[in-house]
Amino acid sequence: MSGTFVGMPAFPEAARAAVGDQTLRGNLRHATHTIRAKRAKAVAEVSDWDQLREAGKRIKDHTLRHLDRYLVQLEERVTAAGGTVHWAADAEEANRIVAALVAETGESEVVKVKSMATQEIGLNEALEAEGVHAYETDLAELIVQLGKDRPSHILVPAIHRNRGEIRDIFRREMSEWGRPAPEGLTDTPAELAEAARVHLREKFLRAKVGVSGANFMIAETGTLVVVESEGNGRMCLTLPETLISVVGIEKILPTWRDLEVFLQTLPRSSTAERMNPYTSMWTGTTDEDGPRAFHLVLLDNGRTDTLADEVGRQALRCIRCSACLNVCPVYERAGGHAYGSVYPGPIGAILSPQLRGTASEIDASLPYASSLCGACYEVCPVAIDIPEVLVRLRERVVEGGPVVRDGNRVVLRPAKGHAAERAAMRAARWAFARPGALRAGQRLASRTRGLHPRTLPGPGRAWSATRDLPAVPAEPFRDWWQRTHGGEEAK
Amino acid sequence: MSARERILGRVRRALADVEPDDSPYERAIERSYVRAHGDLDAERTVGLLAENLADYRALVHRCTADELPCLIGRLLAERGSRTVLVPPGLDAGWLAETDVERVPDLAASTPDELDRVDSVVTGCAVAVAETGTIVLDGGPDQGRRRITLVPDHHVCVVRVPDQVVASVPQALERLTPTRPLTWISGPSATSDIELDRVEGVHGPRTLEVVLVGGVSHSPGGDGR
Repeated sequence: MSGTFVGMPAFPEAARAAVGDQTLRGNLRHATHTIRAKRAKAVAEVSDWDQLREAGKRIKDHTLRHLDRYLVQLEERVTAAGGTVHWAADAEEANRIVAALVAETGESEVVKVKSMATQEIGLNEALEAEGVHAYETDLAELIVQLGKDRPSHILVPAIHRNRGEIRDIFRREMSEWGRPAPEGLTDTPAELAEAARVHLREKFLRAKVGVSGANFMIAETGTLVVVESEGNGRMCLTLPETLISVVGIEKILPTWRDLEVFLQTLPRSSTAERMNPYTSMWTGTTDEDGPRAFHLVLLDNGRTDTLADEVGRQALRCIRCSACLNVCPVYERAGGHAYGSVYPGPIGAILSPQLRGTASEIDASLPYASSLCGACYEVCPVAIDIPEVLVRLRERVVEGGPVVRDGNRVVLRPAKGHAAERAAMRAARWAFARPGALRAGQRLASRTRGLHPRTLPGPGRAWSATRDLPAVPAEPFRDWWQRTHGGEEAK
Repeated sequence: MSARERILGRVRRALADVEPDDSPYERAIERSYVRAHGDLDAERTVGLLAENLADYRALVHRCTADELPCLIGRLLAERGSRTVLVPPGLDAGWLAETDVERVPDLAASTPDELDRVDSVVTGCAVAVAETGTIVLDGGPDQGRRRITLVPDHHVCVVRVPDQVVASVPQALERLTPTRPLTWISGPSATSDIELDRVEGVHGPRTLEVVLVGGVSHSPGGDGR
């Protein structure tokens, strides 16, 4: 994934810093609570929400189970419509393909519509290394790019910034990149949006190459779909001469008709709107309307590895609506950066460790970035059972076991940091199998209550640093039961 | 081995545990959701469209076919427009009551030239009442995608009730997937700053939708 996040501390450490940042917590709380309430209202308008959710889940599952067939069909239709299809097994290969396509045009700048896939592969950095400047054109992405920052939310990447911070970034940075911010720019959203409009318009009007992702690809027709609000997507998709779309292989829908499900569930789940302001659909190239050349880069980058896990593969149903972020009590407090991934929140906690593997400390910590409260599953418009996958991944991290990495079956070793936990579990297994020993241990614990420390010593310190130790009762339950109900057992 | 073969091979190996299932797609997916929410007659469907368009800050007007040229003339005048982009197949009568300078939709026009045009007038392919959406499919009365994007003022004419459907499923049935399609729900907007909605970022800041019916719907002709 993107080099941007290399060296990120593991989740507990990053989260501790985020939780202490009052401005950040205020910004996040305001944003998540606002959108949560709006979303619930938008969903309540649709009487058949549960049926749409179920259909969406089934369509995506069916697609994933026949992904090879649909990929080939999509390639055939895109090619027949005048597009060119490229395949990229990993980030490096995808970046190389895009860089070569840009080089062919002779251009040294591209305009980009917000895309999770290109963030995932670190395309902007890869292009920069080739001397090509990539301009992000989504307002929030622009704020992030100008602020030399990282996105912290799937849908609203600058959710962690308030209007005052945004005004300061615009005043300070816009002149470095092109048209400066207007004199006397205030922090009203309307003025800030206007400044972005003026700043970016000169780039749109001269751009020869556009880069996008896609929300959906239709195998039956070869049609790509981009859903957006600002019009920057339409600018990037229609004004340049060359359009390059980098899309994860899981974004396929079998038929045109399938859009009837997702065009109802996606806008309501993500921006809480009946419909987002703009949706663009294109099939290959059209004579004298839009780009003359269209390239589709189909990206694997860990998706086939994820597909190989029969529990974890459901994460590939994700349509990147971000509803799970907005309801997550952990995300609300820890913020998006703590996840160390372009996919933050609950979906990031299951997607990132599967796409990247759990070798790094941050990826091994992500399955624990959850209270397993289940709110994410409740709101998911394609019913991804995120808690189920989290538990599966925790098991993988602790116990090890067979997984697929880069297409090869490998056996994962248990994570090092969990030796103490495994030892504790072994001890528990031993004690539960010996009632006498358990009883003696419990009595001992109760009688020494006053001496118990508030935190654990030794290897247990890390565990108790983020949790309160449970208080030991004055009397073990078994003794209490004996004392109060002792005679009833025979009944 | 090419990346294509490598990826397809990985997909097949990853799915080795999946039971083969060759049932036709139509049967594989149960679609128990509804085709439209509620059972509205044509007139109420048009009313819902108007309501939802206005809710997303489009300016909605209603008139009869006879009143349309006058209304379009007035909208362009109120806006102070001096130039208007005209798709090749737009009904010439629609612009009969205005002397604003016509700019034809040409492939050779540069984005800068389009940026200097004040307004654009188009028809549409279909409009969706439940979501307050108009859909353009590049037909002769709609022109290239960019002409409804770069100018700041878009006047879109919807023939009611013929071009109005209730729902997204019904709209998809009417459209041809291989045409370039643009779905528009209100003017360009962003909620990226503290989730405050602001209209008009990169697309037209003003979207005016004219619902044209055969008979007069209100005595004034323009039920704004």
